[in-house]
Amino acid sequence: MELTGKQNIWKDYQKEIANDKYFYVRSCVRQNFFPGSETTFLRILKDELHKDIYEHPCHTTCTGIAYHGDVVPFDTAMTVIARQFALMTEAGYENLVPSCVTSFGLYSEVLETWHHFPEVLARVREHLRKATGREFNIPKNVAHASDVIFKFRNEIVQKAKYKLINTATGKPLKVVEHIGCHYSKMFPAKGVGGAEFPYVLIGMVEEWGGEVIDYPERRHCCGFGFRQYLVQANRGYSIGCSHKKFESMEPYEPDMIITNCPGCPMFLDKWQYAISELTGKTYGKNGQGIPVFTYEEVAGLVLGYDPWDIGLQVHQVSCEPILDKMGIKYDPATKYLGKNGKYLGVPEKPLVLKD
Amino acid sequence: MNKSVIVIGGGIAGMEASAYLSAMGFNVTLFEKDEKLGGHLLNWERLFPTKRLGSEVLTFLKKGMDEKINVHTKTNITKINAENGKYFVTNHNDEIFEADALLITTGYDLFDARRKEEYGYGIYDNVITSAELETMFLSGKPIVNKQGKVPKRIGFVHCVGSRDRKVGNVYCSKVCCVTAVKQATEIREHLPDCETYCFYMDLRMYGAKFEELYNEAQEKYGVTFIRGRLSEANETIDGSLLVKVEDTLVGRPLKMTVDLLVLMVGFEPSKGTKDIAKILNLNTNSNGFIEVADEHTLTNVTNLKGVFVAGTTTSPRTITNTINDARAAAAEIACYLNLYTIQSRNN
Amino acid sequence: MADFGYIIQEDRQINYDANDRTLFYFLKRVEPSISLCIGCGTCSATCTAGQFTQFDLHKIMLYVRRGEKVHIANEIKKCMLCGKCSLACPKGINTRNIIFQTRKFLHSNK
Repeated sequence: MELTGKQNIWKDYQKEIANDKYFYVRSCVRQNFFPGSETTFLRILKDELHKDIYEHPCHTTCTGIAYHGDVVPFDTAMTVIARQFALMTEAGYENLVPSCVTSFGLYSEVLETWHHFPEVLARVREHLRKATGREFNIPKNVAHASDVIFKFRNEIVQKAKYKLINTATGKPLKVVEHIGCHYSKMFPAKGVGGAEFPYVLIGMVEEWGGEVIDYPERRHCCGFGFRQYLVQANRGYSIGCSHKKFESMEPYEPDMIITNCPGCPMFLDKWQYAISELTGKTYGKNGQGIPVFTYEEVAGLVLGYDPWDIGLQVHQVSCEPILDKMGIKYDPATKYLGKNGKYLGVPEKPLVLKD
Repeated sequence: MNKSVIVIGGGIAGMEASAYLSAMGFNVTLFEKDEKLGGHLLNWERLFPTKRLGSEVLTFLKKGMDEKINVHTKTNITKINAENGKYFVTNHNDEIFEADALLITTGYDLFDARRKEEYGYGIYDNVITSAELETMFLSGKPIVNKQGKVPKRIGFVHCVGSRDRKVGNVYCSKVCCVTAVKQATEIREHLPDCETYCFYMDLRMYGAKFEELYNEAQEKYGVTFIRGRLSEANETIDGSLLVKVEDTLVGRPLKMTVDLLVLMVGFEPSKGTKDIAKILNLNTNSNGFIEVADEHTLTNVTNLKGVFVAGTTTSPRTITNTINDARAAAAEIACYLNLYTIQSRNN
Repeated sequence: MADFGYIIQEDRQINYDANDRTLFYFLKRVEPSISLCIGCGTCSATCTAGQFTQFDLHKIMLYVRRGEKVHIANEIKKCMLCGKCSLACPKGINTRNIIFQTRKFLHSNK
């Protein structure tokens, strides 16, 4: 494989990512799926990078899940998004940073629609005015939160306590990167590195010492697909998608998976349990799974944050193999203690998947 | 004094038109940017549908080039001025040449396959272009992949950069289908144990003996044709390529690995064609090639009086059609310069 | 094994590498004209059986080529051997012999 070929493509897909003064909009589901990720993002932005990042208490869903589940029509989605822009305008911010990839995709879709159809924008302004009395400016810059971490990947490595390196062998960890479909498949130019060879996560992994694996089903969707997962009877092909990816990455023996989407880490993590229960098969060493992380969690680990502070205890696939490989010190006794020191309880052990 | 013609571009069309114009008694000057005359033909071992050697055609073209023709190779054109029905052509050494008529035969460039990112050309080791396969044939060396292994299975992807609105080329490049069929059969001759697959949208076997070559490919050479356009190619752990395609006749997606993937790259107006169009203010058509005055009747005439075109400068075409077109352009120019009354139809 | 109310669905891609194409190689040997099929569908359009059943000769030939053996044994029985497909085929493929030979192959490889 020729790396220079990829680098040429990456050169073609550079996007502008604002440097400071961010209006951060959270994801609906990430706080349940990976509760430490968004707080870790804010901690890195505020404490490490000293950036001005603001969250509005009145921010709501962007309607992405409902929109992609065919529950909410596009006009409603646009008006709800217009309201987020109004909150941003009122707060005096211009740079939007969505935490969720689907939100990012939907924001991009809406802005692109308004760009090509100004009459739709006028209509949405009218809708919002009638419903809320609010006005809004179009954001000057829209960057997904992973774009922001990508932008500061070098600043992060300079403060790194640990690298994505196997301390026992000195070799880089082998990392599978998985990009959420809505990050750049709809609008390749809006993603760092485009759609076929996105660079956003590769840039972080390489900067932080790891080695990226390019496997045949890399570009395949994780299978979340909203209504596909939401309806139990359809989960067979949702899990089938993840299964296809695991089978394809298996020969490369990855140490970990890094993702930038709310759904992907959830499904790539939890489906490993379901697959192990359904088929008896696991994809890591010694009956373990392949640990799956969000990019904020990986950044947090690199910066030396306590694994239990960044929420790694709620992962299905145990994170300890990676902590050990990276040489990260952690206290097993505090794994299931909450932030307030109260015992959270230990999850039931799976039958097949090993810790 | 004899009237003079400057021909810009020394490929097939430029050579054949120069030969005819010189034979008719005009003073001909031929400019070529490269070291050798012959254009793309220099890089092609065998030609469809006969599989005769490209060098034989080149020899024929060279024989037509008499000593009276002023050939300037390694020459770039920087400026062209028109004055009182004459053209003054300046080369990169600031030498000025005068002519009564110009013939533009700057031709095509092959599509840059890197623009079809999903196929990973320039990234994956064993994704090559049809032109690179032809270079392999021409070299006479054994056909091996990047890892030095003799391929057991080769896939040919049709329409790379052609009939593709997304890359900006809506047109058919006309020669790639039959080239794929030719190359697939040649692979079977070189490597009888290697399976060959053509992934096509339509097979456009319009020329004389094209369909026969296709039948032979199926029956004699066992080439398999799968109707469907690749959605992506991915490198596997052993350097082979996993291709994904919809088998549209079966109505199911299909995946297979191939040891070598050959992209049938289409035609685009060459850099030289685009440069000359800009220098002269020649009209170009929606595909970027030089626009002809009438699609049916004035196929060698441009929007500028005294400036003519031939060959792939106006649209993709075969060698046969390029040679015909060059001769037609020579006839058109002769009518123009000799003021034949038939010329009046053009106005 | 656990029951979650769903199973891991297999993809519906034709897995060309894994498929067994012995039947096709056999047919190619005994009836080389099978290679000439362009999937035009004339055989299926004129087929007596195809008007009343799901029998579709040009698709069966494609399945054979791809090594997709599903249903072939069942499907091939529906042919009435009238020979109209051979008459209609623009490529001169001896479709009737392909049916005979397929049946023969399936019978001897039971």
